Amino acid sequence: MKITFDWLKDHLKTNLKEKDLLEHLTNIGLEVESVESLSADVELFKIAKIIKVEKHPNADLLKICDVNIGNKDVKKVVCGAENARQGLITVYAPPNATIPKTKTKLTVAKIRGVTSYGMLCSESELNLSDESEGIIELSSKLEKKIGESYFSKSKSNLIDLSITPNRPDCLGIRGIARDLSASGFGKLIDQKEKKLNSKKKQTLKVKITKEKGQGCSVFGSCLITNVKNTESPKWLKNKLISVGQKPISAIVDITNYVMLDINRPLHAYDADKIEKGIIVRNSKSGEEFTALDNKKYKLEKGMCVISDNKGVLGLGGIIGGIRSSTEFDTKNILLEAAYFDPRSIRNTAKKLNLDTDAKFRFERGIDPLSIEQGLNKAARLIEEICGGEISKMDIQKIEIFKLKNISFKPDLFEKISGFKVSLKEMVKILEDLGFKCKNEKKNLRLTIPSWRPDILQEIDIVEELARISGYNKIKIIDPIKKRKKPTLNKSQRLFHFLQRSVASKGYLEAITWSFTDSNYNNHFKDSKKEIKVVNPISSELDVLRNSIFSNLVMYMNKNLDRGFKDLSIFEIGPIFTGSNPGDQNTVVCGLSAGKKSRLSWIEKERNVDVFDVKRDVIQTLVEAGYNSDQFFIDNKTPNYYHPGKSGRIFLNRGKDQVAAYFGEIHPNILKKVDLKTDALVGFEIFIDNLKLPNKTLNDQKTKFSFSDYQKSERDFAFIVNKDVNAQDLINAVSSVDRDLVSNIKVFDVYEGDNIPENQKSIAISVTIQSSEKTLNETDLEKINNSIIQSVENKTGAKIRS
Amino acid sequence: MSDLKKLKDEFLSKLRGKLNLSEVNQIKSELFGKNGLIPTQFKKIGTIAESEKKKFASDLNIIKDELQSLINSKINEAENTEINKKLEQERIDITLPERSFVRGKIHPVSQTIDEISSIFSEIGFSVEEGPDVENEYNNFTALNTPENHPARDMHDTFYLDEKKQNLLRTHTSPVQIRTMIKDKPPFKIIAPGRTYRSDSDQTHTPMFHQVEGLHIDKDINMGHLKGCLNYFIKEFFEVDKIKMRFRPSHFPFTEPSAEVDIGYEMKDGKIIVGEGDQWLEILGCGMVHPNVLKNVNVDTAKYQGYAFGIGIDRLAMLKYGINDLRAFFDCDYRWLSHFGFDPLDVPSNYRGLSR
Repeated sequence: MKITFDWLKDHLKTNLKEKDLLEHLTNIGLEVESVESLSADVELFKIAKIIKVEKHPNADLLKICDVNIGNKDVKKVVCGAENARQGLITVYAPPNATIPKTKTKLTVAKIRGVTSYGMLCSESELNLSDESEGIIELSSKLEKKIGESYFSKSKSNLIDLSITPNRPDCLGIRGIARDLSASGFGKLIDQKEKKLNSKKKQTLKVKITKEKGQGCSVFGSCLITNVKNTESPKWLKNKLISVGQKPISAIVDITNYVMLDINRPLHAYDADKIEKGIIVRNSKSGEEFTALDNKKYKLEKGMCVISDNKGVLGLGGIIGGIRSSTEFDTKNILLEAAYFDPRSIRNTAKKLNLDTDAKFRFERGIDPLSIEQGLNKAARLIEEICGGEISKMDIQKIEIFKLKNISFKPDLFEKISGFKVSLKEMVKILEDLGFKCKNEKKNLRLTIPSWRPDILQEIDIVEELARISGYNKIKIIDPIKKRKKPTLNKSQRLFHFLQRSVASKGYLEAITWSFTDSNYNNHFKDSKKEIKVVNPISSELDVLRNSIFSNLVMYMNKNLDRGFKDLSIFEIGPIFTGSNPGDQNTVVCGLSAGKKSRLSWIEKERNVDVFDVKRDVIQTLVEAGYNSDQFFIDNKTPNYYHPGKSGRIFLNRGKDQVAAYFGEIHPNILKKVDLKTDALVGFEIFIDNLKLPNKTLNDQKTKFSFSDYQKSERDFAFIVNKDVNAQDLINAVSSVDRDLVSNIKVFDVYEGDNIPENQKSIAISVTIQSSEKTLNETDLEKINNSIIQSVENKTGAKIRS
Repeated sequence: MSDLKKLKDEFLSKLRGKLNLSEVNQIKSELFGKNGLIPTQFKKIGTIAESEKKKFASDLNIIKDELQSLINSKINEAENTEINKKLEQERIDITLPERSFVRGKIHPVSQTIDEISSIFSEIGFSVEEGPDVENEYNNFTALNTPENHPARDMHDTFYLDEKKQNLLRTHTSPVQIRTMIKDKPPFKIIAPGRTYRSDSDQTHTPMFHQVEGLHIDKDINMGHLKGCLNYFIKEFFEVDKIKMRFRPSHFPFTEPSAEVDIGYEMKDGKIIVGEGDQWLEILGCGMVHPNVLKNVNVDTAKYQGYAFGIGIDRLAMLKYGINDLRAFFDCDYRWLSHFGFDPLDVPSNYRGLSR
């Protein structure tokens, strides 16, 4: 909502300064978005007189004018206007002025070899009208004012307010003035207008059909005959220009002015273009009309239309039609002021994707009792400016508006706001805002002003009182430092731990969109359902991600393009499995590319590999408190992993839910997304599948015990079929005697010379130690044999002799 | 001169020079070996006259000790020389680079969330979460924003079905609804998380982060709200004084509603919070609307309280001098390395929020 202090002063008597106004507006909830200083620039446009005109030596259509811009100062200006002539009084814009229409800044410029100091302006260039033929011709009476600023009246800054959707009344200058005066900024000026006193009948019949979903409940109109539509007078043009509106013609300008002034939208029809009478009704499916924006609209059933015998004239409260629009030669006008239901307006506008000033106002709720005032004000102005005769008002209504009352307990105010306002003060504030107050036992009986559709219950009154009294009166009550519940629950703590644990392994945390490109998502969705966003912001973000990999791979690629070869990134966040609330899982997903020890003088470089990423996952899980002795690992992984170089981890042998996947990303995907790197490995840890420990860390710690008896380390080498997993051997060893055998390590895997084809050698080191005694050679020999036997029996391996 | 004296002088002079370890050992065995000079002298004691025996034995012992200690120190000296010589040969160029290491980093948004949680933890808030995909009821209707409410226009919503039943939450406020439906009052929670609006330009991204706050109890009024936010802002920006302004505003789910501005000034192109005459909007808040409480079956005669919503990304930008919101989600290695935090930098009450 754009206003000026000058316009506010039409409604507000005050001696205060603009600086105070801005502060006051913000303090009562009418937020000042911006203040645009128009005056500085506008003052540059001066009334000037052409004292001499010469032909331009190099251009037939151009003239060189000597222009008197006051104070005996004469400038040379090159001008192309036909009407530029000696003695003409016009408007001069100096270098550095910004032309309102084109927003271009003037400079001293050579035009066909002749230097021009500024410009003479047309009305269109100054946004005064569409008149672009020739420069402005001012009355010779202005001779005395040469050198003065042309826009003397609009010195006021343009103040842009952000009006919250609950305050339609403040979409009119008067509503803002009322709020200001209630808060002690000036006094609201009473506006008693003379009522129309016409004997002439309104001869165009108006009918609101009574049907289900009728969006119009009141339709007021009056007929103004024999008008002469013209350009608006300067005061009206200036007023509209001062708030950034473009003057069009007197009739349109007047309806706009009344709308901006008191938030009463009006519509003016060329009465001669209406066939017989007006019918306000629901549209039929497929009806069409061309609106004032020159677009043809095809209507759905049930939209509120203003129509005549021939068809739709306009969409009530949203936009008028071309067929009945007023023009400069319009003679007879039908002026409309109606009440349209906000919901109906909103539905229609949404379906047709239409946004107009009227719609914006009606959907927020127009004062239903402003119809007569609006017609009155506009009709009088039309009569004053365009002449003609005003008819009686015709008000059709199918519903009678009743003022609403609520009962307000004054104590509620302090209970909510925490500060006191006396009853007397409350009544004053409310009355200033237009409420009628009556004492009713301990309560106040309030009649809500018709322009406040937002006031429905007591809490709304509390807000009015609080904002007008000032939020600065709210006292700070310091919070108490006391905690009754833990801040984070167990799964939140786990989230937090995993996040920092993964980062500590050299991964940079990324946060990427929850949506992704379906082309990338397809590579990683495995068997999950694709979840489309109905209205994506771009085609590259058209689905919710089924896996974090799609985004990480995309961004990894971008970073590789930036020239970084070796990097690890991860994200912790949601992946989606369906389009209902809760169809999501929290995943830690990491990606590592390139080499280890690239260009190292001390270590041999190598590609990152699956065992790097396996370490990262296992170490993270172990750090998070899971026992790696219980882990079970196999090679069944989703299709976006390398089928031979990837694995999945279960937290225990019981194979609950998958705790994590890790492995090389499938080479085909890298080819498809054109990702060039030495190696790319990744992992996913599924937080929701990690069982949360029931016990606290303290309870989990088992009794601290250790053995001081001598331990001995033994190595075994087995020959085994290639398809046997190392894990099988480890399991076989550990099954021998958990009390004696520990620290089982695979320290060599070998295939090739001296080993039969399809077989491999696996060497294992084991620590043997008893907690009861020092084992002698016989004991050790016995355990050795059990280990060999167990491995041979369970895996088909043979000990290497 | 006695034999003993001669022996002593001879060996003292032998040991005077600079000797290497084998030379010293050679002398040592000459003197103290099985048939060395000293043992030989001791064997002589028996043959010496009784009158001289005592003196001889005493002199011999003194000489033995003296030579012994000298030899020991010579051995020490020689060993040291040899070790030093060896170490000297092992000298390397210590300016060569160490084995390489990689630093992981925590995203500034995650760090900020932890900072926020830490601050609110002190005054008794606990963390709640809700799903990113919400239904239309929790995101709007329950929050007193019925269908056709113009406030819905301010939230450019991403929908997941044509009927507009499921959507990506446009704010973290639906977590209020879920929490209040699930439990009984009092409530004292914060809910940080991802939020989504179909908006993309220099200062808007289609996904961003918010933290919701909710405190419902008996007699919680706007003074408590002001106190809570005043405390939070001071703690978060780690300043002693803060200029804060409550400004009336409108949100369908709170009434009275307020927007909160903090004072700031620009110094060398950086925002300094807490000083200066300029105002910066940082959050929206208010007293939870009775309609919302009724929707979740909280008795409005007994309970009331406040709620607030803060943009986390914006807080992070302000605190850490980050200019471009879009970069948060662009995953640029250089940006993440620069603005990220060390994983060991866990914000906490006792060690402080930031270094």
